[in-house]
Amino acid sequence: MVATFAVITRYNAVHALLYLVVSLLAVSLIFYVLGAPFVAALEAIIYAGAIMVLFIFVIMILNLGPQAVRFERAWLKPGMWLGPAALTLILAGELAYILISRGRSPSAGAAVVGARQVGIALFGPYLIGVELASLLLLAGLVGAYHLGRRRNAGDAGPHQFAGPEGREQ
Amino acid sequence: MAPIPANYGLLLAALLFILGLAGVLVRRNVIFILLSIEIMVNAAGLAFVVGGSRWRQPDGQLMFIFILVMAAVEVSLGLALVLQLYHHLKTLDIDRASSMRG
Repeated sequence: MVATFAVITRYNAVHALLYLVVSLLAVSLIFYVLGAPFVAALEAIIYAGAIMVLFIFVIMILNLGPQAVRFERAWLKPGMWLGPAALTLILAGELAYILISRGRSPSAGAAVVGARQVGIALFGPYLIGVELASLLLLAGLVGAYHLGRRRNAGDAGPHQFAGPEGREQ
Repeated sequence: MAPIPANYGLLLAALLFILGLAGVLVRRNVIFILLSIEIMVNAAGLAFVVGGSRWRQPDGQLMFIFILVMAAVEVSLGLALVLQLYHHLKTLDIDRASSMRG
C-alpha cells in the first residue's frame, strides 16, 4: 500500500503544483493510516490548502503578461488533468477502503493517538514550544509585510510594524 | 489490515526527501526550489509522525505541528523574496541572482 504513494511526486512537469497537492493529500492519508487523524487533518488543511494557495497566488502574479493567455491555453489541455485526476481517484479509493475496513474491525491498524493527547501534550510540557512558534509566526508576519511592500524609488518609507494579529495560536 | 511496520514509513520519508533534494539540485527556478524544499520538510515531518506512531507517543505529532508552522513561515517569506527578486531582475533564474551585487 505504501509503495503506491512514492510514485506520486513525479514533479518534473510544469504542473508540479497539482502533483504536489496530490502528494500532500497522500501523505495526509498515510498519517491517517498511521493513527494520527489530527495531524492528517492539519496536513490536508494547512499544507494542501493554505500553502498551495500561496504558491498559486505568486505564480498568478508572476505570470501577468501578454503571453500569459497563450500559456494558459497551452497548459489547460485536457491531457494534463488526467495524471493528477487519476492519482486522486486512487487516493479516494484507498480512503474508502480504509474507512470501510476500519468500520468493520475498529482495532485494525496502528494505535490511534488522537487530538486529545496531542493537545494535552502540546499545552503541557511543550508550552515553550508553542510560545516560540507564535513568536516565529509574528516574525514571519512582520518580515513578509516588510518584504511585500512595493518599494518606491529611493525612500525606505516609515517602518510600520504589523499589529498583534500574528499570534493566532 | 495489518499494521504497517515503521520501516516502510521511514523508507517513504527517505524517498520523498531524496526527491526533494534532487529537485533543489536540479531545478533552477526559484519557485520549484521552494516546492522541493516543501517536499523535504514534509518528508521530515513524515519521519517524525512515523516515529511517534511507532512508540505511540504524541511527541511526533507535536514536532510535525511545529514543522508545519515553520514551513508556513518559510514559504511566506520565501515567496515575498521571490516577488522582490522578480521585481528587481525580471526573471526567476537562480543563477542570475547569484551574480547580483548590492
